[in-house]
Amino acid sequence: MAAPPVLHNLVIHLRRIALTVLLGGLLGATLVRLGPGFGVDERELDTRLSSTSIAAIRAERSRDANIASFYLRYLAGMVHGDFGFSQSLNRPVAELLKERLPVTLLSLGVGVLGGVSLGLALALITVWWRAPGADLVPGIVSGVCLAAPAAVIALVFLWLAAPARWAIALVVFPHVYRYAKNQLIATSQSAHVLAAQAKGLSSGRVLWAHVLTPSAPQLAALGGISVSLAFGASIPIEVVCDTPGVGQLAWKAALDRDLPLLVTITVLVALLTLVANSVADLAVTFWAPAEAAA
Amino acid sequence: MTLREKIALTVLTATVAASLGAGWLTHHSYAEQSRESISAPPSVQFWLGTDELGRDRFARLLYGTRVSLLLAPAAALLSTFLAGMIGGIAGYLGGRSERVLTASVDLFLSLPWLFLLLAVRALLPLNTSPITSVAITFLLLGCLGWAAPARIIRAGTRTLANSDYLVQAAASGVPRARLFWRHLLPNLRPLLLAQFWISIPLFILSEANLGLLGLGVSEPLPSWGAMLRELENYSAIRQNPWMLAPIVLLVAVVSCLQLLLRTEEALPC
Repeated sequence: MAAPPVLHNLVIHLRRIALTVLLGGLLGATLVRLGPGFGVDERELDTRLSSTSIAAIRAERSRDANIASFYLRYLAGMVHGDFGFSQSLNRPVAELLKERLPVTLLSLGVGVLGGVSLGLALALITVWWRAPGADLVPGIVSGVCLAAPAAVIALVFLWLAAPARWAIALVVFPHVYRYAKNQLIATSQSAHVLAAQAKGLSSGRVLWAHVLTPSAPQLAALGGISVSLAFGASIPIEVVCDTPGVGQLAWKAALDRDLPLLVTITVLVALLTLVANSVADLAVTFWAPAEAAA
Repeated sequence: MTLREKIALTVLTATVAASLGAGWLTHHSYAEQSRESISAPPSVQFWLGTDELGRDRFARLLYGTRVSLLLAPAAALLSTFLAGMIGGIAGYLGGRSERVLTASVDLFLSLPWLFLLLAVRALLPLNTSPITSVAITFLLLGCLGWAAPARIIRAGTRTLANSDYLVQAAASGVPRARLFWRHLLPNLRPLLLAQFWISIPLFILSEANLGLLGLGVSEPLPSWGAMLRELENYSAIRQNPWMLAPIVLLVAVVSCLQLLLRTEEALPC
């Protein structure tokens, strides 16, 4: 039965996610604690405050001098949904993420779905058609997309006034197309496919039952990788196309050296990427436990 | 070598030669301003016209190519060295050390590359001299790009560590450090070289993205990334299509590198 390997993998993935959050949080808290400007409080410049008030502000801040205690407070805050305060935008980080995360997730959803569908469809056509030069156009298009930085693809979309989320699809598509094409070609050259063709099965049935189905676990793994690629591309694309998402927020935070905001975004994106990879991996385990174990 | 590979090699050689010979190909400096020729079209004097500060685009393209094409390999060298050390030691020592190092690699890989670059870049000073900004950009790329190659090198080292000649050397009492440096590392050379070449296009593209975001090489020093920033003005491009020269060259060079490296079979990561 498929249940034990799925459960086993689920435990492994949950452990990995928890470890990443703990270590990522530690790394983030250390960066914030050691970052420039930490511990500086504008209120100290307020001439209306008495020396007792200033001493109270300093005492409040001195609690954060120790990285370990600062980390524990940072982690406890994260658990309660308090991701800190953005110095540059003067707003709670949680509030900013609540506004911008849905925009990025929608773009990512459309981009990943579009990129994976386009890549898989073109790879299938290339493998099925088998005419000389069948992969000429997709090969050239994917080659150009692969050689162009995401920012340049975004510029093209900006010039064409096309939706930015399709730029993410163009970043994802060449990776999916090339990997899927090679995978499908390798499977279509295996002995069981040649035997099925020799028995006179239709090419459509051979492709579906003997090429696509055995390759499905490897192709499903592309889903997780595509999310990672799409998150990376979201920064330049959202900046160039002026989309108010998390990528643009990270860029603004980097320019303003707003480390609490930037570190929280990085940990959150790492967490979402890990979850996507885990879901893809678990799907493979559930679908084809033998291949996953191998 | 196929015809396509020959063409790719020729394009790469010509580009590197042109960037190295920039001083002979143009007598303009990348920072020199001609105030009477602001945003000028291509002419005999300025082959690709001038930008809005009156600087020769052709000279900036050549010097920018030099910056991007010489420093991406430098970053690749650094990341390959780090990957060789970390992946090699993990694969060679095995056991708990390997598990800890592999977990670190996995953790590093789970952090999205560009977000990590931004976070670390934000820690460092933003208003620096152009030369310092070049050093920061490529040191950053080199120091953060080791994780994916380290994973491959660890696997390669595991295979080598179990090979007969290493087992025999260990049995004859060769110290572990000497085994690593004299017997294992030289045999990892093909793998290290492959990782070095594969990293170059990745770093060129990352520099271009960082440059366009304003977090790469500082003005007035040109780089491909920095030169892409003026392309956000679409109306200017419609009037001056030769402004697209950096994009065309960047895409051509990265395509040629990918064609020669045949990276297409690798799983994207």
